[in-house]
Amino acid sequence: MSAVVALAVILPLLASMVALGVRHLDTLRDVVTLGTLTAVSAMSVALLVHVEANGTVTVRLGGWDPELGIVLVADMFAALVLAVAMVTILLVEIFAIGQRGSDSGAEPNIVGPMLLVLTAGVALSILTGDLFTLFVAFELMLVASYVLLTHQGRAGQVRSGMTYVVINLFASTLFLFGVAFVYASTGTVNLALLAQRIPELGDGVRWGIGLWFLVVFGTKAAMFPLFSWLPDSYPTAPTTITAIFAGLLTKIGVYSMVRFHTLTGMDDLGPVILVIAGITMLVGVAGALAQDDMKRILSFHIVSQIGYMMMGLGLFSVAGVGGAVIFIVHQIPVKTVLFLAGAMVESDRGTSALGRVGGLLASRPWLALLFAFPALSLAGLPPFSGFVAKLALIDAGIASTSTVIVIVALVGSALTLLSMVKIWSGVFWGTPPDRPPVDTGVSRRGWTTMSSATTVMMVVTLGIALFAGPIWDMSERAAGELLDGEPYISSVIDDGGDG
Amino acid sequence: MSATLIVVVGCLTAVGVYLATSRVLSRIVLGFAVLGHAAVLALITAGGPAGNPPLADRATPTESANPLPQALSLTAIVISFGLTLFLLALSRRQNELSGDDMVEDDLEDRRIATGDDEGVTS
Repeated sequence: MSAVVALAVILPLLASMVALGVRHLDTLRDVVTLGTLTAVSAMSVALLVHVEANGTVTVRLGGWDPELGIVLVADMFAALVLAVAMVTILLVEIFAIGQRGSDSGAEPNIVGPMLLVLTAGVALSILTGDLFTLFVAFELMLVASYVLLTHQGRAGQVRSGMTYVVINLFASTLFLFGVAFVYASTGTVNLALLAQRIPELGDGVRWGIGLWFLVVFGTKAAMFPLFSWLPDSYPTAPTTITAIFAGLLTKIGVYSMVRFHTLTGMDDLGPVILVIAGITMLVGVAGALAQDDMKRILSFHIVSQIGYMMMGLGLFSVAGVGGAVIFIVHQIPVKTVLFLAGAMVESDRGTSALGRVGGLLASRPWLALLFAFPALSLAGLPPFSGFVAKLALIDAGIASTSTVIVIVALVGSALTLLSMVKIWSGVFWGTPPDRPPVDTGVSRRGWTTMSSATTVMMVVTLGIALFAGPIWDMSERAAGELLDGEPYISSVIDDGGDG
Repeated sequence: MSATLIVVVGCLTAVGVYLATSRVLSRIVLGFAVLGHAAVLALITAGGPAGNPPLADRATPTESANPLPQALSLTAIVISFGLTLFLLALSRRQNELSGDDMVEDDLEDRRIATGDDEGVTS
């Protein structure tokens, strides 16, 4: 299984070079891209099954000691998030193939190779066992996202792409400074060794490191008050690209935050994280209510939902962190499927502004269903996956007697439902506006591909609700491993692996 | 740890942040180049005192410099070099599109400033 862990990173990276080389040969490029993504998805699901049964898998690249070399660690948390993330990327690529050639589609000869680079970056940031490799993985992921965001070179994309690149570059620079501080104070960048050494540091240094990385990961995750780049830049990309960004990039920020802050025992930062989480939930949802474009509403919801994941982390209990884990697992497919539904609205009507579409329930009933289920899930209504995830968080909040954050979370959910209703009544109900039908250049076959990919994605979100029991068990186990730290440390340091 | 290096890191950071907060794109690019140097220098400083080159067959561990931060710095330098090029490409495209070299206003900001209530379409 250790080969699988390494291949999940290396395979997409190698394939991206091949795909870039043959980018003008449509069939060959698609075969390489789809084949690699399918293989990586299958491997990561197999890895999840293996880790669930046999525990953490570690690989020492080049056989170096953890002190010096790079370690890849697939623990419960990593395996769970990796499997969901890889399947999501595969489905978005299938969707992008369907949308190809239409006005709102992206350029296929860039998107294929760049999605593979993004996949490698995502896999590496999930699996890496040291802070510096995490920095490199973030860069890999972000460079791919810079290109994906701006590759059409339209004026709006260049303008907001500039903001996006600059803010992320600044966060990366802060990350590098953070690595320097951590190395200066502990003499290592390996997460397992840091889990041993950071708790022994003085309170001042520990708080400094904890808050510094809260800012670094918080910028990538778009937490309050570092979120304003997100609703500005995401809606300008082709919607398929936004779907993959919304589903994955910010979640990887939260993922790293959960991993770093639990392993290094930053429990006393809990109240700070909870306050930020509460404000993030409310500010995000308030921003969403003020918008009148489907893509912009959904972009603000990304921010709001980050608050829920941070709430779970801020509680620093097994139930709380477990809630954050299951929330990440639920958010990746739900956010993606909502944006894919947005992309389908755009492909049908040529725009996603609420005032200019309407009556889609009558003309595209299946699309209405594809939007309705994940929207209700996002708001946290039973029997959808959002209900399970939010229930876990609320439960953990009550158990930790953090009443204020529980109330804020419930208010946030109600407002989320309100803005979903706004999209519903603007896009799906009512009568179509008196505009001549737009030819967006989507072929019939393309539409079928898009709607099947979105349907499968929706089935994944329903599956998370259906198998909530086993997934919750895995999340709880992941949270236990993270908060304890001991299983992670021993699997990295004692168990050599055979890389 | 050398005090001179720490002061240099501080100065480079100040210059970098000052340039990066400018509205002129070419200054932002320069600012990030300088900031990248500051971060790399901080990483080197974190590695402890200077010493002999850490070559495998010649150096003794006690007398040579710490090789790990050097390896990390090299990686970081390559990354920041690549990103500087990407930023330059973006600002060139911006120059093509708008004829100047400035960061444009945020759509929402402009909408609020002009009191225009029309929906924003991208």
